[in-house]
Amino acid sequence: MSDQLYQERIVALAKAKTRAGKLASPTKSVRRDNPLCGDRVIIDVTLDGQGRITEIAHQVRGCLLCQASTSALASVAVGRDATGIADLRHDAERALGRESGEAREPFAAFVPVRDYKSRQECVLLPFDALKDALS
Amino acid sequence: MSFDVTAVRRQFPILSEIIDGRPIHYLDNGASAQTPLAVIDAVRTYETTSRANVLRGVHRLAERATEAYENARSEVARFLGVQPMEIIFTGGCTAAINLVAYSYGQLLKPGDRILLSELEHHSNIVPWQLLRQRSGIELDTLPVTADGRIDLGALPQRLTNKTRLVSLTHVSNVTGALLDVRAVVEAARAVGAKVMLDGAQRAPHGPLDLPALGIDFYAFAGHKAYGPNGIGVLWGRPELLEAMPPFHGGGSMIGRVTFAESTWAPPPRRFEAGTPPIGPAIGLGAACRWMGALDWSAAHDHEMALVQRLMDGLQEIGGTRLLGPASLQNRYPVVSFMLDGVHPHDVAQTLDGFGVAVRAGHHCAQPLMDRFDLDGTTRASMVPYNDNDDIDALLAGVRHAARTLR
Ligand SMILES: Cc1ncc(COP(=O)(O)O)c(C=O)c1O
Repeated sequence: MSDQLYQERIVALAKAKTRAGKLASPTKSVRRDNPLCGDRVIIDVTLDGQGRITEIAHQVRGCLLCQASTSALASVAVGRDATGIADLRHDAERALGRESGEAREPFAAFVPVRDYKSRQECVLLPFDALKDALS
Repeated sequence: MSFDVTAVRRQFPILSEIIDGRPIHYLDNGASAQTPLAVIDAVRTYETTSRANVLRGVHRLAERATEAYENARSEVARFLGVQPMEIIFTGGCTAAINLVAYSYGQLLKPGDRILLSELEHHSNIVPWQLLRQRSGIELDTLPVTADGRIDLGALPQRLTNKTRLVSLTHVSNVTGALLDVRAVVEAARAVGAKVMLDGAQRAPHGPLDLPALGIDFYAFAGHKAYGPNGIGVLWGRPELLEAMPPFHGGGSMIGRVTFAESTWAPPPRRFEAGTPPIGPAIGLGAACRWMGALDWSAAHDHEMALVQRLMDGLQEIGGTRLLGPASLQNRYPVVSFMLDGVHPHDVAQTLDGFGVAVRAGHHCAQPLMDRFDLDGTTRASMVPYNDNDDIDALLAGVRHAARTLR
């Protein structure tokens, strides 16, 4: 049943909307769309001289999974550079069962999406957007 | 007599399938309908007793195959109220529209205009954009009213003496609105424009009388009309088809081929290059025969009673909104709705947990979503085999989503 997918933790992450909004003067602002389902993520970041994220904000027009993973990503992104963010993506991929190993928090929350292959791109969309912002 | 939905359901083997201990509540008919035994049997009979290529052999299997294929053309023609030689088998509804955009499009000149609407499926938008790139025609669009109908009040203003074709959906795949064809034809005729209808969502709801509609082209897809995949239909007025150059080149569509030049076969062959989808065409013929045998007056009442039950049920759930006409007049059983605060994909995923299949998203109608500033809708689309249990399961799922996801 879909309650197995929409577990409390995922719903809570989505509702938390951690760092939702815009930055006044971002170093970079990128938008990513999923053409299949229409999910859309806009991520603003400011970076320090070493390419580390100092501030992050996001606007999501998408499903609960996309909102939850964007919120989760934003909650742990500050202080990381491109390599650090790629590291976090491995956690998400592990949670989704696409890579072996245990997913660290907060991404362990997405383990239930393992059985819903058509929804996994919803979880990964903000990672694609943030990667663009850092490249 | 009331409509015997149980008798109809019995003819669709898939409806007795159980998945994860639950029956299937199939309300995604607008994307693809299920297929009755009559169609499955017709395809099986072709594959097991008559399989061969058509038109090319003198042996008996080839003759059987050709006869079955041409009988299917006649069944489709009867379903549309037209002559068999005016029926072109295509790969689908999209393929039929592309055929017109290419072949009829060859007859157009830079500056000629084609009128569409804001609620078209992408398959009745993009082929015309490709034609615009190829040949410098211009596109105009009719706006959409607040209740999801094409706004025909804008016709006088959007039709010009340069308009050559008006191409509109007969029934919207998002809002269920039925087009007032008479008004469109009258206005188009006045400026000398042809009219094409995208009948993808209308054909699954019973036989048509195309000559009475006064239109010039009609397209629909087999798989949405209880037939197989990979088959669609284009009907065109014979004098128009006769004037149109081929779309694809190959076998079967020629008169005579030399390296200096080739001549074209008359329609419909001219537009059926290569080996056609023979089994699917035979299946579609059977689907048209099956539809022809149903009492559509009772079936339509049944479908619209389901729409009413669904709309009433949704209204009782706080925070739902309808995208489409609220009245049952001039409407078909496609119902799009939004649940405030819950994304359509999450609604659809929740419904799947209740055994309910619906479609969520932009429904290949992004300009319409933009018009209403929506990410998408959840869409239930009904046909005669749907019943009250299907609607009640859907409503239970929406209630659950409303409770748990916002
Ligand atoms: C109104 C409308 N037109 C065209 C199509 C395209 O049909 P097909 O994809 O079968 O070619 C569809 C199907 O989604 C539709 O709903």
